[in-house]
Amino acid sequence: MSRRGAPMTRRAVRWLDERSATAPLLRKTLRYLFPDHWSFLLGEVALYAFMVLVATGIYLTFFFVDSTREVVFRGDYYPALYGQRMSEAYASVLHLSLAVRAGLLIRQTHHWAANVFLAAIVLHLFRVFFTGAYRKPRELTYWLGVTMLMLSLLEAYIGYSLVDDLMSGMGLVIGYSVGLSLPFVGQNLMNWLFDGMFPGSPKLWPRMYIAHVLIFPILIGLLLGAHLLLVAMRHHTQFRRKKAQSERTIVGIPAFPGQAPRSLGLMVGTAGVLFLIGGLVQINPIWLWGPFHTYSSTNGAQPDWYLGWLIGALRLVPSFDLTIGHYTLLPNPFWGGAAFPLVVFGFLYFWPWLERRFTGDQAFHNLLDRPRDAPVRTGIGVAMVSWVFLVFLAGASDRVDVTLGIGYAPQIWVYRVVVWVLPVVFGLVAWWTCKELQAGELVLRDRHEAEQEARLTRMRHGAERPGDPDALES
Amino acid sequence: MRAVLTLAFAVALLLVPGAADAGTPHGTPKEPLAAYGYHLYGQYCLACHGGNAAGRYDEPSNATGEGPGREQGQQGGIGPSLHGVGALAADFYLRTGYMPLRHLGLQPRRRPVLFSDHQIKALVAYVATFGGPAIPTPKPALGSLSQGQALFTEHCAGCHQVLAQGGYVKGGLPPDLMQATARQVAEAVRIGPYVMPRFSQRALSDRQLDSIVRYVQFTHAPTRPGGWGLGYLGPVPEGLVTWFLAIPALLVLCLLLGRRLSR
Ligand code: HEC
Ligand code: HEC
Repeated sequence: MSRRGAPMTRRAVRWLDERSATAPLLRKTLRYLFPDHWSFLLGEVALYAFMVLVATGIYLTFFFVDSTREVVFRGDYYPALYGQRMSEAYASVLHLSLAVRAGLLIRQTHHWAANVFLAAIVLHLFRVFFTGAYRKPRELTYWLGVTMLMLSLLEAYIGYSLVDDLMSGMGLVIGYSVGLSLPFVGQNLMNWLFDGMFPGSPKLWPRMYIAHVLIFPILIGLLLGAHLLLVAMRHHTQFRRKKAQSERTIVGIPAFPGQAPRSLGLMVGTAGVLFLIGGLVQINPIWLWGPFHTYSSTNGAQPDWYLGWLIGALRLVPSFDLTIGHYTLLPNPFWGGAAFPLVVFGFLYFWPWLERRFTGDQAFHNLLDRPRDAPVRTGIGVAMVSWVFLVFLAGASDRVDVTLGIGYAPQIWVYRVVVWVLPVVFGLVAWWTCKELQAGELVLRDRHEAEQEARLTRMRHGAERPGDPDALES
Repeated sequence: MRAVLTLAFAVALLLVPGAADAGTPHGTPKEPLAAYGYHLYGQYCLACHGGNAAGRYDEPSNATGEGPGREQGQQGGIGPSLHGVGALAADFYLRTGYMPLRHLGLQPRRRPVLFSDHQIKALVAYVATFGGPAIPTPKPALGSLSQGQALFTEHCAGCHQVLAQGGYVKGGLPPDLMQATARQVAEAVRIGPYVMPRFSQRALSDRQLDSIVRYVQFTHAPTRPGGWGLGYLGPVPEGLVTWFLAIPALLVLCLLLGRRLSR
């Protein structure tokens, strides 16, 4: 296509090949056919947000101090906290946000990037789920993806806990109590992780720091590499473009010069959007929250959106503990904080297997379904999404009370019912809609076929009776 | 004629609740301002707070409760006694528009003030005749912002949110403090309206209170490096920005860049 582009690349490939003998691989890479549909770019957005996270994160490490040693804040750039006792960690983030050049821009971009990263993963997951992209032979790719989602949630949670401001401290309390609620192992596990009871020993912060900047990023990076490698080796899935397209033909646009500029543009664009809101919209203004002390708290503290579903669940579960005699087997936070995410992730992990089990479909699939092509899957998916979403909404019910005046307690009771009823309704509606869409298409196809048949007959008749104007038309 | 008048008076007594059990009348205060207050009290407050401002405890409070029905947290009657609450409480409840309460059984909320400044002074003077603390004069300039931040976080943020944006607690809605004046903050702390605890001089000294007032004033317009403040509520609006601003922008990008190249 681009005349001037080709020799240039060829020269570059040759240069590399002479030094690395990778020409065949490179050529293959450049000729790799990418599916030509925008929804395949969602995963890329997540990838670029991850890159922004790593890049901005590295800058933040230059200034962050991973210590809970108590210091007195002496930053005259922020009088509202001047002279207060706080951890060195929090003081370092204050300094980084308010006194370091570009520190706030980078910190805000880092945090927005985390929000967007998880949102993009979720959208990518929706695309993969509702089109059946996870089916054989791509279950591994899918499981890696779900695992990355889970790791990213933890990584983000540790990230904003590190700051040690009032909100993060309260978040840590909740995380700790959920951890404690795990049956049998909870107590020991949390003691081991925190190196003692809450709020932990001085070892806790360095541990969280290493987890946040080294262990989790590397894990995610490795899984990401494997994820992308598997995608390439099994090749992308694609939508059916023509009726006759088989599972074996690959259509799309080549890596170069088709997809590469597109991806580059998306990378620059994603980074651009992230830095733009990082510079224009405040996120987690930690200097306003103040330091965390075990005796202080704030009304309406919330986690970031991607953990909001867990807060919603913690609120919805009626308060009861499962006890055997005097032994509390399952303390209350277990249901909302541990059982609920376990069910959701369990569903995600087992779904490909469940589907194969129930449809008996063992075939390879390179062509994607449209959501309507698999009404049952779409229905179940919609039900699951609305279930989690409604629980998520319940997490904001206190704010709804404050701003709209709808009582908190009645809201919670309504949610307790609605959370079970509406997903079923939505799922059925989705299923029915798919069926209707399919039926509509069948009608169209039938009509089309009937018309064609009629035309053929007319043509045959026309051959017998020349001069028929209709016959000439076709 | 006289019989008719007597009858009318009797009916009025029956209709105006509280008028009948008015106890020993304290009588019209001598001081003209307080006397005017007494007059207004009879018109607007008597029905709930009873004759002599001694309170009315004759009916359960939620008898006339309407709407979502927040329970009247503390007292069992219709309106509490105003003996000893002083000019301080009267000033607070009237200038916030909390009183006169519209519906029994509901938490007093900020409303447009019904009375003129003169009328409020009169009512305050009347309530003050029953004793109690005077209206405080906080001096936020003498307080320390940082100490105020720390004290507010320790004592108030659990209900009012760290940046005084309000919130939900069991039994009531701690309001945001965006409209609270310095004087009202000082008054509220000493009263403890509704489910809010009362803070004595021992719990919070006047100087500490000055710091708190200063901090509350700071929350009306916090320093905001970093751009658009999103209401100082934390992650909820941030999630909204993520999903309704950042993600749509990126989706548009995907749609534009992902336009079909092949046919
Ligand atoms: C509809 C009934 C009602 C009316 C009318 C009413 N009040 Fe009240 N008032 C109450 C209730 C109930 C409370 C207790 C509120 C609370 O717990 O916060 C109260 C509390 C008060 C308090 C605070 C008492 C304390 O213990 O600190 C003052 C002062 C007060 N009212 C003054 C007035 C004045 C002055 C008027 C007339 C302008 C008035 N009220 C009209 C029901 C009423
Ligand atoms: C237990 C929760 C709680 C705590 C703690 C609390 N408040 Fe309140 N506060 C309330 C409630 C509820 C109201 C509303 C009272 C009403 O409606 O009668 C209120 C009302 C107020 C008001 C009047 C607001 C307005 O504009 O209507 C001010 C000012 C105030 N509080 C300041 C404080 C300060 C300062 C502290 C800390 C020293 C504090 N509060 C601690 C619950 C609380």
